[in-house]
Amino acid sequence: MKFSEYLKYLSIGTLFGFVLMKTEVVSWFRIQEMFRFDSIHMYGIIGLAIMVGMISIQIIKRFKVKDLEGNPISIPPKDSTQVTRYIVGGTFFGLGWALLGACPGPMFALLGSGITVMIIPILAGIAGTYTYGVIKDKLPH
Amino acid sequence: MIEFLSQPWPWYIGGPIIGLTVPLLLLVGGKVFGVSSNLRHACAACNFGNVEFFNYDWIEIGRWNLTFLTGSVVGGFLGGYVFTNPEPIALAQSTITDLQGLGITDFNGYVPNELFSWSSLGSVTGIIVLVLGGFLVGFGARYAGGCTSGHAISGTSNLQLASYLAVIGFFIGGLIMTYLIYPIILT
Repeated sequence: MKFSEYLKYLSIGTLFGFVLMKTEVVSWFRIQEMFRFDSIHMYGIIGLAIMVGMISIQIIKRFKVKDLEGNPISIPPKDSTQVTRYIVGGTFFGLGWALLGACPGPMFALLGSGITVMIIPILAGIAGTYTYGVIKDKLPH
Repeated sequence: MIEFLSQPWPWYIGGPIIGLTVPLLLLVGGKVFGVSSNLRHACAACNFGNVEFFNYDWIEIGRWNLTFLTGSVVGGFLGGYVFTNPEPIALAQSTITDLQGLGITDFNGYVPNELFSWSSLGSVTGIIVLVLGGFLVGFGARYAGGCTSGHAISGTSNLQLASYLAVIGFFIGGLIMTYLIYPIILT
């Protein structure tokens, strides 16, 4: 990977982290509010993010847009023949999302904002990922 | 400009910008937006015990995403420290009342200080929130094959059934935690 590519991914990540803070998506309070259905805030953000994503993917597919390296863009689909893993795995994730009040992106953005204790849930998240890797063949998918 | 950068952004400004992450990553290098894969790359980087799931070239596959993640930390520093939002979050009053009933008193900052400080690791509640919460996020994201970015934004944008199912799961878990378990943990 060229240095300029690192710079591009770093910039997009910086924009992402910045907006997560500015929109308060990182906030434990906002997540509690979302799961109580007390405000449009989080739904508006996720809904509009999906709309922008959906329209741009349609444009990219329709016009067969190539990436900056000149390669065709393809999006490998998730395996939709499995059902259990998405519902059950998703439920585990949702339990954690509401409990911690942060999903993976916000965990790292919060760390950058100076809440150093976020390193603990990040390490715990890595441990959770590792645990899945060890026991995954015993889990229903 | 500085004034715009130093205040909270409404959802109708921030939502579309977050959505732009999807086409930006696709256009720069055909990459699919998804943050939690980085937790897997971290496991692959150490891979104690030679677990098969983590046997892959994490540098080749993961460096763009780890670079993106590093950017998120930088963005968090800029957006949450340098240009931090000045006022407490304008939460719905019903949420505030509800959380006060659960013992939350400090509504300053992005997260409640009662739960998110090093000293909170000395309490059972703090350990449950920070350690168990983080563990479930990491475990669940990999079990479901993605998190809020990979499924709820990327996957649904690409009209994948799998991602809609995962989002249903996210809400089943989130509602169980919010209404049934959190009240027990906090009181």
